[in-house]
Amino acid sequence: MNENVLAKLKILAESAKYDVSCSSSGTVRSNKPGLLGNTVGGWGICHSFAEDGRCISLLKIMLTNYCIYDCAYCINRRSNDLPRATFSVSELVELTMEFYRRNYIEGLFLSSGVVRNPDYTMERLVRVAKDLRQVHRFNGYIHLKSIPGASRELVNEAGLYADRLSVNVEIPKEENLKLLAPEKDHKSVFAPMKYIQQGVLESKEERQKFRHAPRFAPAGQSTQVIVGATSESDKDILFLSSALYNRPTMKRVYYSGYVSVNTYDKRLPALKQPPLVRENRLYQADWLLRFYQFKVDEIVDDSYPDLDLEIDPKLSWALRHPEHFPVDINKADYEMLLRVPGIGVKSAKLIVASRRFSRLGFYELKKIGVVMKKAQYFITCKELPLQIQTVNELSPQRVRTLLLPKSKKKVDERQLVLDFGE
Amino acid sequence: MNIYIYDKTFDGLLTAVFDAYFRKTFPDELLSEGDALPLFYDELHTVVTDEEKAARVWRGLQKKVSSSALGCLTQSWLSELPEVGMLIFRYIRKAIDSPRSIETNFADPDVLQLAQIWKKVDGERVHLMQFVRFQKAADGTFFAAFEPQFNALPLTVHHFKDRFADQKWIIYDMKRRYGFYYDLQEVTTISFDDGSRESHLITGMLDESLMDKDEKLFQQLWKTYFKAICIKERINPRKHRQDMPVRYWKYLTEKQR
Ligand code: SF4
Repeated sequence: MNENVLAKLKILAESAKYDVSCSSSGTVRSNKPGLLGNTVGGWGICHSFAEDGRCISLLKIMLTNYCIYDCAYCINRRSNDLPRATFSVSELVELTMEFYRRNYIEGLFLSSGVVRNPDYTMERLVRVAKDLRQVHRFNGYIHLKSIPGASRELVNEAGLYADRLSVNVEIPKEENLKLLAPEKDHKSVFAPMKYIQQGVLESKEERQKFRHAPRFAPAGQSTQVIVGATSESDKDILFLSSALYNRPTMKRVYYSGYVSVNTYDKRLPALKQPPLVRENRLYQADWLLRFYQFKVDEIVDDSYPDLDLEIDPKLSWALRHPEHFPVDINKADYEMLLRVPGIGVKSAKLIVASRRFSRLGFYELKKIGVVMKKAQYFITCKELPLQIQTVNELSPQRVRTLLLPKSKKKVDERQLVLDFGE
Repeated sequence: MNIYIYDKTFDGLLTAVFDAYFRKTFPDELLSEGDALPLFYDELHTVVTDEEKAARVWRGLQKKVSSSALGCLTQSWLSELPEVGMLIFRYIRKAIDSPRSIETNFADPDVLQLAQIWKKVDGERVHLMQFVRFQKAADGTFFAAFEPQFNALPLTVHHFKDRFADQKWIIYDMKRRYGFYYDLQEVTTISFDDGSRESHLITGMLDESLMDKDEKLFQQLWKTYFKAICIKERINPRKHRQDMPVRYWKYLTEKQR
């Protein structure tokens, strides 16, 4: 390990940073004698936050940023003139181990440009994971990004060492993908996804029969979609996500607001700023799918293909469906409580737990954490101040205006805040 | 107004509950020795901490609420907030007097407030797991300093012991001046007294002369990574500070110059 590695680390972290996934979630595994590390499950641990506000949980890095492909949206495409570097397997392994020992990271998130051919590259990624597990007895988190077009054998081997595997869809519509990344097609993405799924499911079944059967990517898989580089609507994107979530091992779809890295390429829009508000709305919609029991066609459909940038998708749904309101806080079932703007998963649970003791009123709801400023138009409860009118009395349009952020007060809509009540 | 004086220990608090039921008068305020007394009060009782009495109250409580609610009480106690003693006292009293468990009645202000304090202490436990940074010393021990808002370090010992099972480490609470040392076998409490405090225990940072030969390089590597991973087009200092509050920066490797 020497100063040389410093320069490489800088280059290869900068090349890796546009992949938004960083979570170390999905596996609980305690230590065993002779090993280093554990994984804590839940959301994983964010060890730091970069100045762009994003969580740093894993050492997110590329093995190399040389690439034989020329994907238009990617900083590392072969036609770009930028500093290139390649880590040796042992350098990467040592970096991971030493960062981990200092509590900087939860583990490694490794991807790579394609050198020579997909399998050659994939094999080197697998080597890093294998060395970490078998030579260095590393028991922390490993996320490997599978190389598009890699063979089934290598994906299968990767699954033995990694907690999570991912293949990025990047562009939802195949014709757009082919336009921007001529060397890729949907098959190169969806085939490895399927190998991963089969591997995970088979290993689960085996492990029920034999306790010591090898694990296969116990934290499942994730993927990423680039937002705003092509013409897809939010409906196109969310229908894809919803279809992916219906597959048994897909844990997360990440949305990455397109950063104009290759401004010279006329196939791409020249964005001054990445579409961060849109990205945030997509994440909120994604939460509605995963935790709020919404169906995708309730969030977007042909007559409403794009999310409202000014208000969150849950409020937007409620305003389009005033007939479901007001909801009686002391009677409504959990699923309906979840649909009330201003009530999040946590407060819905607290409401259900507390109302067995006594009927809840305005004051208790506020204390529990319900955002009453929003919820007041959509509920009835004990002691609701008389002057408050419901969405039906006022009209959805009026409530929308009342709830729009005042232009004076600067609300930062770029953050992933789940402001429909978390 | 009834006043109880106790020694600000958790056992003392439980003993106070025992005394109150025995005397059939309940305190309106819990003070510790040396606190200023209010001008007017009706009764003053000094609690003598008694492990047996405390244990009886605890056993009684075990029949009334779940073990996770009990964990919530002991964990909230670590907040060291001035009001937490009286809050726990009232909670225990309500739990004992109620025919069914009160622990999910969040419409009760005491239950809710305790849950909120618990959440704060738990948040500090998570902050420790996130932001503790080890520096490797020449003798191979990994050293970290921290100033937790609440006394949450004990809640993380299990996690660090499990995770860093094959390295010796010390995590030191600079504010409360005690810490934990893991010697590859077990974890013990340590405390350096003022006279013997070495310089790294004053600054929280190892002096270069005490560092492992590669420590400096790895710190540099981490700082380099921290800068390189940031997307300039998305810079968002507000969120940066919100998720990684400035009060932790003092000992964060990536925030050192
Ligand atoms: S294959 Fe990957 S690294 Fe190579 S240009 Fe395409 S997106 Fe970039």
